Amino acid sequence: MSDRRRVIMRVAAGVLVLVLLWLPQYVEAFWLQTGLFAMSAAIGAIGLQLLVGVTGQLSLAHAFYVAVGAYGYCFLAGGEQLGGGIETPAGAQLPPWLAMILAVVLAGVLGALFSPIAGRLRGIYLGLASIGLVFIGQHILFNAKGITGGFNGRDAEPFSLFGFSFSDTHPDSFNVFGVPYGGLERLWYLGLVLVAIGWWYARNVAQSRPGRAMQTIRDSEIAAAVMGVNVPVYRAAAFTVSAMYAGLAGVFLALAFGRVVPDSFGFLLSIDFLVMIVVGGLGSIGGAVAGALLVTALPQLLDHYSGSLPLVGAPGGDGLQPADASSFVYGAAVIAVLIFAPGGLSGLGRRIVGHRRVSFRAISPEPKESTR
Amino acid sequence: MNQFIELLISGLSLGCIYALIAMGFVVVFKATNVVNFAHASVLMLGAYLVARWHGSLGFFGAVAAAAACCAVVAALCDIVLVRALRRRRGTQEVLAILTIGINIVLGTELAREVGTDLLPSGAPWGSDVTHLLGVTVPQTRIAAAVVALVLMGLFWVAFTRSDWGVAMRSAASDPEAAALSGIRLGRVAAGAWALAGALAAIGGAFFTSFPAAGVNNSTGLLALTAIPAAVLGGLDSTAGAVVGGLTIGVATTLAAGYQDQIAFLGRGLSEVVPYIALLLVLLWRPSGVFGTREVTRV
Repeated sequence: MSDRRRVIMRVAAGVLVLVLLWLPQYVEAFWLQTGLFAMSAAIGAIGLQLLVGVTGQLSLAHAFYVAVGAYGYCFLAGGEQLGGGIETPAGAQLPPWLAMILAVVLAGVLGALFSPIAGRLRGIYLGLASIGLVFIGQHILFNAKGITGGFNGRDAEPFSLFGFSFSDTHPDSFNVFGVPYGGLERLWYLGLVLVAIGWWYARNVAQSRPGRAMQTIRDSEIAAAVMGVNVPVYRAAAFTVSAMYAGLAGVFLALAFGRVVPDSFGFLLSIDFLVMIVVGGLGSIGGAVAGALLVTALPQLLDHYSGSLPLVGAPGGDGLQPADASSFVYGAAVIAVLIFAPGGLSGLGRRIVGHRRVSFRAISPEPKESTR
Repeated sequence: MNQFIELLISGLSLGCIYALIAMGFVVVFKATNVVNFAHASVLMLGAYLVARWHGSLGFFGAVAAAAACCAVVAALCDIVLVRALRRRRGTQEVLAILTIGINIVLGTELAREVGTDLLPSGAPWGSDVTHLLGVTVPQTRIAAAVVALVLMGLFWVAFTRSDWGVAMRSAASDPEAAALSGIRLGRVAAGAWALAGALAAIGGAFFTSFPAAGVNNSTGLLALTAIPAAVLGGLDSTAGAVVGGLTIGVATTLAAGYQDQIAFLGRGLSEVVPYIALLLVLLWRPSGVFGTREVTRV
């Protein structure tokens, strides 16, 4: 990539960051909420990208680990008994920041526990076995009422750090440039930080020694083993890291929603994550974020503007439902991307920016500079 | 004891239905190396068409018509969408994701068509039961078992005796050698998909008949249960599909029948049992019970 292009890219990235930081000043609560869901999805999608796009192991268990993170956080941080004889699910009443870390660790531990299966199963068998986790997990969520609250779910304790709460209270109100910053605005910044950390870490993993080992496993397990990569260990490790990302996504999802219910962690959520990384472009971390944004925002957009769009009807009325319309778009997008544009959004972006960058997919003898 | 035998027979008959569905799954995998998630929505399409048409064509006519339709739809999926990627040597994972994409589109459209309705399959036996050696069995299930066994027998003969079977087996074992000896891989593949589609439609018709209530918008999700059946027998083994189907059928039925005794494991365990069985079997044998163990030579 030429120097001029690099400067342009840097400036564009800087402007994007400034816009994201400035956004809560302008947009309505609805868009902030959508943004929070997108951030949660982005974290999860980055994790799945490391497993599916970089290591080449199909997993459909992502929803299970998202649920572990979400419920883990709610259990570890919650548990305050309300008066008035209302039964609330049990909890450990830890400080929220500790609960967040432990929930992510818990997801990682459960990911590692799956490693006898994740490390041994070859190829497509892992993807098929991982479906089981989602259904078994949902069964537990519905039935372990003392911890999960059963069908009705449980509330998520607001996040707080050093007495500063990421909710509408504590401090009760403060204004930035005349705009009151409530829970949504505060969570917005927390989300930006978490996504940035997730992105940075994943990029480093993908572009360093373990990342190259993972890509070799994807391209040829035999070649990887011959080169001295311990394939089962790397496979299990990729699965664990991806589970931890899913756990963090779950924690943030619980914070953004304020409440977790078992129904939101079904097989369809796993499929959504898969759609995100495919549409974004298999193997690309940035693509995963873009895909997450698209998949999360599209139903909301269609819902919001259903009145003024052709073909799409109002929610609950006749005509094409916004949710169905977005399902059609995803499904078609997955098919179209895989057949016509294997690079996904990130590939298209690269083509538009015009810099040739060796995709993770391509096995290329080019020198390392070209991947930077 | 009586209850156990009753549940066992009912489980085996349900297992026959699962085996039919799983067999389609295996046939597609053997012939084209694709794990076909769209199988679930093709099954739902079959069940839906039977539910729609049984009034005018009669149950058997509707099943035949639905099987033909599903065969065409499945073959088109392969020819129009999957083949291009297969030719480019897409990995198993990418091909599976492609079929997930197809499943999303087809499944969403079917769920829209069905809406909030519950469409009965219109099987002529209704909710009649037969008393057989002191146990009660729904007649639909007996019919399903008979149909499944006949189809499996036919399939076995076709697979081992006919030219089509030879072509298919050689295409599965060595595509290049098969192509060089004049076997048209494209046709063999499309044929396998069509066969799977037809099996899915027939399986779907019985799957939604009594004691199940009918087709609703979650039938597609329920049909995913056939995946554990196919996988635990071994994805590339037709005998494995039969064994896997029977195992899943018996396990599900027993879990449902004894739900009071196992209530401590939570309500609705029978829906999860296939997946628990799947994980346990894969832990024991990573390629399923009858699956070929991949041997890699460098």
